[in-house]
Parts: sequence; C-alpha cells; structure tokens
Amino acid sequence: MSISVTDVEYVARLARLELGADEKEVFAGQMNAILGYVEKLKGLDTDGVIPTSHAVPMENAFREDLVRAPIGVDKALGNAPQRSGSFFNVPQVIE
Amino acid sequence: MDTIDMTIHGLHQALESKQLSSVEATKAMLARIEAVEPQVGSFITVTPEQALAGAEAADRRIAAGDMDILTGVPLALKDIFLTEGIRTTCGSRILDNFIPPYSATSWEKLRDRGAVLLGKLNQDEFAMGSSNESSAFGVCRNPWDTTRIPGGSSGGSAAAIAARQATATLGTDTGGSIRQPASHCGCVGLKPTYGRVSRYGVIAYASSLDQVGPLTRDVTDCAIMLGALAGYDPKDSTSVDLAVPDYVATLPNGVKGLRIGLPREYFIAGLDADVQKAMDAAIETYRRLGAEFVDISLPHTDYAVATYYLIATAEASSNLARYEGVRFGHRSANAEGLIDMMTKSRSEGFGAEVKRRIMLGTYALSSGYYDAYYVKAQKVRTLIMNDFIKAFADVDVMLTPVAPTPAFKIGEKVNDPLQMYLSDIFTIPVNLAGTCAMSLPAGFSTDGLPIGVQLIGRPFGEEAILRAGYAFEQATEWHRASANL
Repeated sequence: MSISVTDVEYVARLARLELGADEKEVFAGQMNAILGYVEKLKGLDTDGVIPTSHAVPMENAFREDLVRAPIGVDKALGNAPQRSGSFFNVPQVIE
Repeated sequence: MDTIDMTIHGLHQALESKQLSSVEATKAMLARIEAVEPQVGSFITVTPEQALAGAEAADRRIAAGDMDILTGVPLALKDIFLTEGIRTTCGSRILDNFIPPYSATSWEKLRDRGAVLLGKLNQDEFAMGSSNESSAFGVCRNPWDTTRIPGGSSGGSAAAIAARQATATLGTDTGGSIRQPASHCGCVGLKPTYGRVSRYGVIAYASSLDQVGPLTRDVTDCAIMLGALAGYDPKDSTSVDLAVPDYVATLPNGVKGLRIGLPREYFIAGLDADVQKAMDAAIETYRRLGAEFVDISLPHTDYAVATYYLIATAEASSNLARYEGVRFGHRSANAEGLIDMMTKSRSEGFGAEVKRRIMLGTYALSSGYYDAYYVKAQKVRTLIMNDFIKAFADVDVMLTPVAPTPAFKIGEKVNDPLQMYLSDIFTIPVNLAGTCAMSLPAGFSTDGLPIGVQLIGRPFGEEAILRAGYAFEQATEWHRASANL
C-alpha cells in the first residue's frame, strides 16, 4: 500500500484542498509513513468485535418541541464574508 | 505572597477578607502578562477592558456578600472556547476575524460565578498538535526553558500558569492536549470523563474524543474548577446527566488501602531516565502513604496511537468541512466560482498540520478504504476500552507517566509528524476509552524541566484521582516550584 502524488491529488480534491507541487510530494511521503505505521492494526483479529463510535453509551436526546428565541438574522450573518440583505452571498452555483 | 502566585483558594481568602480587591488582582495579572508575554507568547488575545469590567462587577458582588469561590478570580481560556463578542481564532488564520455570536457553556458557567476573563490563549491550530508549533499566531515557549515547547495543543493554557499570567485556565484534551502541556509546564491538568463537561461552544476537532478541562496550580484548584464546569447541558446531547459530587470535600480522605494499578505496557524501553526516576519516586511516596500497588496489563496499548490517528483525523475531516468561506471565516479573494472559492478559502486559511490531518481523515473515510481503516480503528477502540474495563475490575486508579520525555526543543520534531504523534502514546488511550485522567507535578529532569505523572480513573471516577492527587501533593513540594522567568 503506497500513496502516490496522484492519490494525494484525488484526496485533496475530495477534501476541497489545493496543494502546491512541493506540498503534494511532502504529503505523499508523510502519509506513507503514517499509513505504514497504522498497518499494525491489520495484524489484530477483530472478527466479531463491535465498533465503538462513542465511549459513553448514547441514546437519542429528545426535547420538547418548543418555540425559542432565535439568535437573529444580524447576529447569524455577523461573520459572513459577504452578505446581501438577510442572505449569505455566494458565487453563482448553477451555470 | 505575590498576587500572581496565588491559587484560586488562596486568592479567594484574600478577596473574602478584603486584603485585596478583584480589580487589584486583575491589574497585577494584566501587568504580569504585559511584562512576560514577549518571552512566553501564551496569549492570542488579551482582553484588559473586559477583565477590568469583570473585576469591578466581581468587587460589587463581594461587597454585597454575594460571593462564590470563583468570584473575582482572573482566568484565561484556550482560544477554542467561543466567547460572545470576543475574537476566537482556534489558532487558525481561517478564523482570524471570527467574533462568536454566543459563548461556550463552560465559560458561561465560570462567568456566572464571577470569574474574570483575562484573554484567549495560544494553542495548536484547531487543537492539532503536541507542541503548540502549529499555531498561526506565533510561538508559545515553555516558561521553564524558553528554547523548548510548552506542549500542546493547550500550550498557552499551561504556559500561562507556569508564567503566572493567570490564576487558572481552561484547555481541551482530545489525545492528551491538557495533560501533556500540564506535565511539561509543571501544573495540574485534568481531562474529565467524556460527557462530564459540556462541549457546547467548543470548536470541534474530533467530537467523540474532545473534552474540556482545567489547568491549575494545585489539585484543590482543579477540584474547584471541575465542580464549576461539570454537569448536564441540554445544548450538548453527549453531556451526561449525573449528579456532580463535591470534589473538594472528599480531597482529604487519603489513599490508605487505595489500589493503584501499574500497567506494564507503559513502562517501556526508551522511557526517559528522568521520567522513570519521577515515576519510581511517586510509587515510593504512595507506598509510604498506604496505597497498594497492583501490576496490571492493558494489552492493546501499542495500537492506541494508530487507532487515534485514524479516528481523530476522520472526525476532523468531517468537522472541518464547515470552513467553506460562506457563513464565517476566511473567504479567498482570488477565486472563480463556488467550488474554487471553497477550495481556495480552505487552502489559504488552514496550516500544514490541519491539511495533513484532513487529508489523512478524508483518505480513511474514502470509498474502498472506509472498512479497512475507519471501521477497523473503531473495532480496535473497543478492544482498548475493554482493556480498561477489565483492569479497573481490580484497581481503583492507575499511575503512569504522562509523556515519554520532558519538553523537547522548539523545531525538534516539526518535520517528522509521526515522531510527534508518538509522543502522545501514554495519553491517547484514555481518550479512546473515554475515561478521566490527571497530570500531576512529580519532579524535575536533570536539566530542570518539570515532569508530571498521570493518574487514570474509572469513567466518572474523578473523585478518586483528585483525592489521590491531593494526597500526593500534601506529601511533596513539586507543585510549589515556580519557573524563573
């Protein structure tokens, strides 16, 4: 199992990251070292073991369906890089 | 005693007996921050106006007889805690200008008791790191030796205590990020059981592992802070609805007959000689105090780091998908179209360590690798949890090192992420198991660097480790030493 620069480019695209040529090389090397290290898990027999997603057993946390004071449009949009009126502004989505 | 050296309980007495006002204590801390900050770099944002307003309000409460143990006490928070109206960066350029519209529950709880906010502390970017070197807001240095790292990711939280820039601080711990810096800076640091403290308003890194906890000068302060922080929060559905004990009241109960486990996998070849010496001395102290030692095994310890770096990075890649340049945070000015805007905003805003972990996590979750990496790691997590359950059938607490070595040099591991990750080997299993653990000052290296030992408790067994920590502290002087800065 070895990560190539092409694999790095594929994963970067999934993660919405743009990497420079040098960065791709460095990441390929480092990801290979780290993934090489985690290979040791493959040697463990985990047949029939139930995966743990949370350390504390959880059930759905329900609450009463009550109307509560919202945070308000101005506060919610206060950090928007671009807004128009009461909306977040984004580049055109559909060409 | 100087105001800046005081514990929470010491300062409380001084405030209560009117020897000192909160404004005086807060001004002393702000002056200290200004004086030593160029050498240390603990803070990302100092908030003198809020601090003085808070101190004045606290003094009014004290004059009116409406006083809590935390009223008037100057604290500082890791910059991962949302503070309404006060910039919160999480150590990242992508949140350079982020002003939260609401506050973290943990800060609200402290504030409602009258605690004073001095500012927001330096940290590794998005809490990803063991040295504070991934911060986008400058180097944070270890007050005991400013050529060395303070530890991470809550590096500023530990350095600020050691540099006497805050009476107590808050950090977060996903794989050791409270305990390891506490150990490197000679303070007490507690990672509570998962679910004990609300995570609401804490910027998420790995949601099944993240937990909030205090860093303090002594165990009594740690118990005070945990008592204030713990409890169910309807805004965090993973917080647990269990009664909060009076952690301070049971501190003096001693350790006679306490069964302390020594997991043999934690005493590995390659453990630094000074760390081994501190461990041996701690064992001797507990023996003298009447505790019993039991050799135990946590057989899957060697798999913990690999498990952690799959689970934590997978959760991080998902959590950090929210930084897309639309609702908050950095937006690239050089993009064309929506996808390009998101990609460029993220690439300009995130640092190298964050990108590396997002990449690893995305890979572990990607089609064709999900079962082999992510699900496999979740299964091994079950085995690691079972190790702890079995071992705790026979012992009350465990005693282990916190980090394999004292604080390393700035820059020493920055180009070798795997070596950096392996320095968390003794702290990571506790997060995977979801239980609680505390780092306690227990000695110094031959170079004069602090060394901590770790007490691990059963899930929701914070009382036992605090009590054991208190007994150790009463029998030793390590927590009284202070950095020559």
